[in-house]
Amino acid sequence: MRYDLAVIGAGPAGMAAAGAAARGGLRVALIDGAPRLGGQFHRQPPPGAGPPSQDFLRLRDRLTRADLHLGRRVWAVEPGFSVHHDGGTLTAERLLIATGAHDRVLPFPGWDLPGVLTAGGAQALLKGNLVVAGRRIVVAGTGPFLLPVATGLAAAGARVAGVFEASHRLGALARHPARAVQGAGYGLRLARHRVPYHRGQAVVAAHGDDALTGVTVADIDRDWRVLGTREIACDTLAVGYGFTPQLDLAVQLGCATTRDPDGTPVVAVDAGQRTSVPGVYAAGETTGVGGAELAELEGLAAACAVLGTPLPERLARRRDRAREFARLLHEVFPVRDGWRTWLRDDTLVCRCEEVPYRDIEDARDLGATDARSIKLLARPGMGWCQGRMCGYAVARLAGEDPPPPRRPIAQPITLQDLAAHPRRSPDVP
Amino acid sequence: MSGFEIVFSGRPIPVTPGQTIGAALHAAGIRSWRTTRVNGRPRGLFCGIGVCFDCLLTVNGESGVRACLRVAAPGDEVTPS
Amino acid sequence: MPDVVVIGAGVVGAACALYAARAGLGVTVVDQGTVAGGTTGAGEGNVLVSDKEPGPELDLALLSSGLWAGLAADVGGFEHEPKGGLVVAETPEAMTALTGLAAKQESSGVRAAGVEPQDYEPHITSGLAGAVYYPQDAQVQPMLAAARLLRASGAQVRTGVRVTGLTRSGDRITGVRTDEGDLRAGAVVNAAGTWAGDVAALAGIRLPVLPRRGFILVTEPLPEPLIRHKVYTAAYVTNVASEDEGLETSAVVEGTPAGTVLIGASRERVGYDRTVSYPVLARLAAQAVALFPALAGRQVIRAYCGFRPYCPDHLPVIGPDPRAPGLFHATGHEGAGIGLAPATGLLISRLLTGAAPPLDLFPFRPERFA
Ligand SMILES: Cc1cc2nc3c(=O)[nH]c(=O)nc-3n(C[C@H](O)[C@H](O)[C@H](O)COP(=O)(O)OP(=O)(O)OC[C@H]3O[C@@H](n4cnc5c(N)ncnc54)[C@H](O)[C@@H]3O)c2cc1C
Ligand SMILES: Cc1cc2nc3c(=O)[nH]c(=O)nc-3n(C[C@H](O)[C@H](O)[C@H](O)COP(=O)(O)OP(=O)(O)OC[C@H]3O[C@@H](n4cnc5c(N)ncnc54)[C@H](O)[C@@H]3O)c2cc1C
Ligand code: FES
Repeated sequence: MRYDLAVIGAGPAGMAAAGAAARGGLRVALIDGAPRLGGQFHRQPPPGAGPPSQDFLRLRDRLTRADLHLGRRVWAVEPGFSVHHDGGTLTAERLLIATGAHDRVLPFPGWDLPGVLTAGGAQALLKGNLVVAGRRIVVAGTGPFLLPVATGLAAAGARVAGVFEASHRLGALARHPARAVQGAGYGLRLARHRVPYHRGQAVVAAHGDDALTGVTVADIDRDWRVLGTREIACDTLAVGYGFTPQLDLAVQLGCATTRDPDGTPVVAVDAGQRTSVPGVYAAGETTGVGGAELAELEGLAAACAVLGTPLPERLARRRDRAREFARLLHEVFPVRDGWRTWLRDDTLVCRCEEVPYRDIEDARDLGATDARSIKLLARPGMGWCQGRMCGYAVARLAGEDPPPPRRPIAQPITLQDLAAHPRRSPDVP
Repeated sequence: MSGFEIVFSGRPIPVTPGQTIGAALHAAGIRSWRTTRVNGRPRGLFCGIGVCFDCLLTVNGESGVRACLRVAAPGDEVTPS
Repeated sequence: MPDVVVIGAGVVGAACALYAARAGLGVTVVDQGTVAGGTTGAGEGNVLVSDKEPGPELDLALLSSGLWAGLAADVGGFEHEPKGGLVVAETPEAMTALTGLAAKQESSGVRAAGVEPQDYEPHITSGLAGAVYYPQDAQVQPMLAAARLLRASGAQVRTGVRVTGLTRSGDRITGVRTDEGDLRAGAVVNAAGTWAGDVAALAGIRLPVLPRRGFILVTEPLPEPLIRHKVYTAAYVTNVASEDEGLETSAVVEGTPAGTVLIGASRERVGYDRTVSYPVLARLAAQAVALFPALAGRQVIRAYCGFRPYCPDHLPVIGPDPRAPGLFHATGHEGAGIGLAPATGLLISRLLTGAAPPLDLFPFRPERFA
C-alpha cells in the first residue's frame, strides 16, 4: 500500500502530525526505531510500570487511524518516496521528517570513562527504564535541559552533588515572564532536594581507573577558560551541551539546510514546514532545537499544510512565541570555544576510533585545514557513530561550524539487508 | 507483569519487563561490557538513545547490538562484543 | 620564483612535488581545496600489479610498487602494507583466462602463483574455480600518503587557491593565474586529477579526462580480521578495461588496519553526480556476500563515492605538452592513481630536469588524443 504521508519519528512532532493528518482523512504511516511511541520528551516507562503522562495520552489517542511501524530504523529515503527501514520498505506520496535530536557533547579528559553519560542518556534511563543512573551524580553542561534532568534524578532518590551550568548569566531570559516562573519551579525543586546550582562552572575532567570516581569542576571565564578548580566525588556524571538535530534523512533527499543562531545545521522550512524538496516536510528539533511544545506545534503545522487547511491563528501565535523563546535560549546558552583548553594531548576527541587530541593536531600540522581533511587524515568520525559524537568538536577544532551531515547510510544495516534492496541493479549477464 | 532474568557472561541479571538490556545491566551495577579496539578501555552506556554505539554487545550470538535500544527478553544470553 | 608549480595536492601532485624537490627543484603546490581532498580522499589505496595487462601501464605499476616500498622506508607514516592480492575465478573458463593472464604478466616481471582460495582466505566461498595470488600487491592509506609525501617534499603548499588561468609568453607557459594572484614558475605540472581537462582547457588544449564514478561500502570495524588480502573477482579486470558508460560492478573486498572492510567496486560515467545510487550499493553488497558469506550479517556503517580520472584509452597522461611548452601533465590514472603516483612523480621529475626517464613515455604522451 502506498501512503499519503509517511512520518519518520514518533516524538511530539511526529505524533502530533500523524494524528492530525490521519484524522483529516489521509492514509498515514508513523515510523520509529524505538519500540514505543513518544520520542525523547514523551518517553514512556515500561508498560505496566507506571501511568503514562496525560500529554502523551492526548497525542497517542489521536493516532487510532494511523498505521504504526515501531521498532523500525530508517536507514535511507529515496525520492518518490521510498522509506527503507530494517524491516523492509514502505512508500508514500509525502514525507515528514521528525527525527529529533541527540545530545551535543564536548570532549574533556576522562569523558570516555564508564559512568559518564549524556544528560539525555541519564534522562532516558530514568524515564524509559525507571533506572536511576547512579547514587551520587553530578549534572553539568549548558542549557535549560539540565534542570529537569537534575530534579528528576534527585526526586528518584539520587544524591545530586550539583548542577554546573557553564553559562554565566540568564540575560534576557530572566525577563521572560512565563519561563521565569517555570525556572523558579525547578529552583524550588532543586532547593527541596538540596541540589546546589552553579553558573559559570563546568566539569573539565573526569577521574577513575575503569569507572568514574570523581570530576574536576572549574570556575570558567566568559570564553570558558579555566580560572580555578576543585574535585568532587561522584559515581555518575550527566553532561550535555545542548542538542544536535538529526538531519541525515533530510540531507539524503537534498533538502536545503540553514543554521540555528548558534551555527547548528537545521532543515530549512517555510511556515507550513515545507522543505526545499517538494513533498518533503520537516518538524520538531530537525528544523531547530526548541523543545517539545514547539515540536508538537510544528507537527500540527505540517499536518495542516499537507491537508491544505490553515493552521488555526491561536496555534500559529503559540508557535511563533515558542520559536522566539527558542531563539532566546540559543543566545543565553551558547557554547564557547574555551573548552578546547580543557583537552590534553591524550584526551580522546573521537570515542569510536579512539583518536586523541594530539592526532588531530598532527593532522592539522600535516596540512589538514578543514574538518573533512582532518577526518581523512586522523579518522575522527570514521567509526561506528559516524561523527555524531565528535562532529561538533572536530568542526570547532578546525575553526568551522559543523557541516550538515552526509550519511547515505543513516543507520547501520547488514550487508544481506542492503543486498535485499527492492531495486538492486540486475547482475551483469 | 513480574520481572525475569537475562544472563550476562554467566551471571543472572534481573529485568523489569520493557527495560533495555543496557538499562538492566546498568541497574545491576554493571557499567561496562565492551573493551575498545585500540586501547582496550571499558565502555558501557553513554548517549542512552542509540547514537554513540559505545554500548555494543552480543545478544544470543548476534553481535553489534546496541544495549541501550534492545529491549530485554526472558533468557537473553548477553556477552561482551 | 619557484622552479615548478604543481596544480593539485592529491597523491599524484604530492609525488610530483617530492621527486621534483629531490631532484633539487624549488616547488610550490596549489590546490583549490585541501590536501588529499579530491579523488585521493575517496580512494582505497591499493597498489596493484595484478589487475594490469602486460604493457606500458603494467611497467609503470611495477616501477611504482618498488618506489612505494622505498617511500615507506624513508618517508613512512602512511600504513604501507605489502599484504598481497588474491584474484579469484568463479568459473573454470574464468580460471583459464586468469591463468593465461598471470602467465603473460609473469614474463613482464610480475610474481604470481595459482593457489587454493581457502588457503589464503579461510572465509571465502567454497564454490570457486580457483585463484591466483600476487605477492607484490600492496596497500597504502592514500590521504596520509599524499600528506606525508607533500610534507617530505618541503614544497610550499597553498591550499584554498584555485588556478583560473595559465600565463604565457608567446607559446610558452610561464606560470599560473590564481584567485590569489599570478604565480610565475619555470614549469607547470597539471596534476589536477579528474579536473585536469579543465586545467588544460585554460591553455586552449584538449585533454579528455572524464569522471568515472565509484561507490565504496564500509563495514563496521571487525574485532578479528576476516579478510587478509586484497580479494577481487577476475571480472574486475574486464570492467576496468571496459569502454562502457553504463554501470559495471565486480566484487573487490579488503580489510583495513582500522578493522573495517572496504567493498567496491562500481564504475559508471555520470559526470560529477554525487546522488547516492542505492541499487548500486545493493549490488556491491550482494557481490561481497557471495564472495564472503561470513559478511552477510555484518553491518555497513558508511558509503561514499569518488570520481576516477578516466581517459578513453585507459592510459594515464604523463609528459610535456608540445602544444604548450613548459606545461607537463600527470593525470588520467583512473582507478590506479594511488598505485601509480610515485612512478608518475619520478618520470615528471626526470623530464623537468632533462634526465633520461626510466620508461618509454611515448604511450602516455598528452597529444595522442589530438
Ligand atoms: C536523550 C534525550 C532526552 C530528552 N529528554 C527530554 C526531557 O525529558 N524533557 C524535555 O523537555 N526535553 C527532552 N529532550 C529534548 C527533546 O529533543 C525535545 O523535548 C523533544 O522530544 C523533541 O521532539 P521531536 O518530535 O522533535 O523529536 P524526538 O522526541 O527526539 O523524537 C524523534 C524520534 O525519531 C526517531 N528516529 C530518529 N531517527 C530515526 C530513524 N532513522 N529511523 C526511525 N526513527 C528515527 C527517534 O527514535 C525518536 O523517537 C531530550 C532529548 C534527548 C536527545
Ligand atoms: C572509489 C574509488 C576507489 C579507488 N581505489 C583506488 C585504489 O585502490 N588504488 C588506486 O591506485 N587508485 C584508486 N582509485 C583512484 C585514485 O583515487 C585516483 O586515481 C587518484 O586519487 C588520483 O589522484 P590525483 O592526485 O590525480 O587526483 P586528485 O586526488 O583528485 O587531486 C587533484 C587535485 O587537483 C585539485 N584541482 C583541480 N582543479 C584545480 C584548479 N583549477 N586549481 C587548483 N586545484 C585544482 C583538486 O582540488 C584536487 O585536490 C580509486 C578511486 C575511487 C573513486
Ligand atoms: S549508549 Fe549510545 S548507542 Fe547505546
